[in-house]
Amino acid sequence: MVLSVKNLRKSYVSPDGENQRVVDVPNFSINSAEQIALQGESGSGKTTFLNLIAGILQADEGEIWIDESEMTSLTEAERDGLRAEKIGYVFQTFNLLQGFSALENVLLGMSFGIGADRNYAEKLLERVGLADRKNYKPRQLSVGQQQRVAVARALANRPKIVLADEPTGNLDRKRAFEALDLIREICAENGTALLLVSHDQEILSKFEKVENLANINRVESLI
Amino acid sequence: MNELLLIVRRSLSQHALSTVVTAFAIALASGLVMSVFVIQQQTYKAFTGGDVGFDAVLGARGSQLQLVLNTIFHLETSPGNIPYTLYQEVVKNPKVDLAIPYAVGDNYQGFRIVGTTEEIFTKFEYQRGKKFEVESGGKFFDSKQKEAVIGSFVASQTGLKVGDVFQPYHGLIFSEDAKHNDDYKVVGVLKNTNSPSDRVIWIPIEGIYRMKGHVLRGTGENYKAKEGEEIPDEAKEVSAVMLKLKSPQAGISLAQTVNNQGKVATLAFPIGRTMAELFNKIGWINRVLELVAYLVVIVAAFSILASIYNSINERRREFAILRALGAKRTTVFSVIILESAITALIGAVCGYFVYLAILFATAFIVRSQTGVIIDIFQFDWILILTPVGMTIVGAIAGLIPAFKAYRTDVAENLIPIS
Repeated sequence: MVLSVKNLRKSYVSPDGENQRVVDVPNFSINSAEQIALQGESGSGKTTFLNLIAGILQADEGEIWIDESEMTSLTEAERDGLRAEKIGYVFQTFNLLQGFSALENVLLGMSFGIGADRNYAEKLLERVGLADRKNYKPRQLSVGQQQRVAVARALANRPKIVLADEPTGNLDRKRAFEALDLIREICAENGTALLLVSHDQEILSKFEKVENLANINRVESLI
Repeated sequence: MNELLLIVRRSLSQHALSTVVTAFAIALASGLVMSVFVIQQQTYKAFTGGDVGFDAVLGARGSQLQLVLNTIFHLETSPGNIPYTLYQEVVKNPKVDLAIPYAVGDNYQGFRIVGTTEEIFTKFEYQRGKKFEVESGGKFFDSKQKEAVIGSFVASQTGLKVGDVFQPYHGLIFSEDAKHNDDYKVVGVLKNTNSPSDRVIWIPIEGIYRMKGHVLRGTGENYKAKEGEEIPDEAKEVSAVMLKLKSPQAGISLAQTVNNQGKVATLAFPIGRTMAELFNKIGWINRVLELVAYLVVIVAAFSILASIYNSINERRREFAILRALGAKRTTVFSVIILESAITALIGAVCGYFVYLAILFATAFIVRSQTGVIIDIFQFDWILILTPVGMTIVGAIAGLIPAFKAYRTDVAENLIPIS
């Protein structure tokens, strides 16, 4: 099992000063190389859930096992290290570093984890069809190309699991499906587990296994 | 480390304008600090420690400093005259190796005319082993003729050359109304010596005595030299007697005799210490200059702080992305510190150009005003310490922005919490 979540809870203090729980997941897991789509509407806490798994947010309670490491018991620096080594993250807004070329974005994705490997970075860019655009800055690339760079970067550190938060949300239908296919293919090729969050039914329909966040998160939608 | 340098490099090039402006401020600060310290030390060294060729100066009763400035550096007014007979006594003194009389009081276009003997060319060494030499086609003056030998700086500034005739002006400050009716012929131009002598016009001392309008008071009564008539030694005066002593002990003993027991004259000895007293008196100016330099450093440090601090807000997303990729808070912190330090280092390196420009200008001014040469390429530890110090100051200035970057909330700056 590459990801296992047990009794995970996270609350925020609302502007009124009240404690507001946004995540309360008793049990959730993904096996190695498994691909799961997580259906969730806006305000359902899906980004918070992914950020908890990625170690970007610290859980209030519960356990998150990534590979053989328990995330919630780690210090922030250790969580950063674990994220750098074992987790790839694809964002809806790509979150590429604007001042850096496509290749540098991928290299930076590696450098905090396994260490920069130029050959592998170039191979990844070739795999996503951007071998001839490796020195282009994000603003010189189309949105579809930018998302492909983001996919290459997420895979750059040979992660155990890729977390994708609405990765096709900013793309038109054609490019959305291309990007989805690409993410799924590359994850499958590398034996990497994929947890993709979306509220797009067409995207969700492509997955064999779809979980509804409303079913696993015992918190009612915040909206 | 490579990724840190890559991030810093990209950031500096992305904010090229503010990087250049900040580095420029650092360059000015760094150049100013180096200049202030080096100029202080070099001028002190040039005025107090340099080989001026003489060990002591005998002159009228009064300030030793004025005597030295007047005769060694050819600045300031003469404190007065002493009888020629005193010069004759000193020449015979067994403690004295060489005594050369100076008579001043005239100028040509502001350049000082010094009446002296041929010994200034034949015996005097302006630096150990170096005597005055004339450029080809010239010669030293004949003490019986109205001839002049001019310093290299005088030649370059006035255009006078061998064969030219000029008329001296009375006084040490040039005034068109004070022209003497005496024609002096330039017979030699001295080779450059990089010393105050380059600014001097040398004529025979007899010429000063016989200059129309000059009055000699060696006997206490006015005496005007007449053409064809020998001037009695008692009537003659000299402004100073330049002395080369046989030993330092001779100077101490002579100073004791002249300064403590005599009432007519003053012996400035040792010359270096006399000049050092001047620097001690004006030391507060150096302190003020240092203070100004430090203030500029502080302003430059704040310019780094402001420039990077202002960029942090727009870079929060960048930091959040880096953190999401696995960068630790300390990595982000280090990026900012490194960025500040590198900006400061770039500025400090550029500061060498500012330093050289200031020193070139200062050396030119000092040389044209005093004839003293400042060695601008002289190594000084401040030239190493300042860039290192500026880099450290830069890194310190980056602390506040670095803490701000350190505290960047990753989740908040990536995407809104759903």
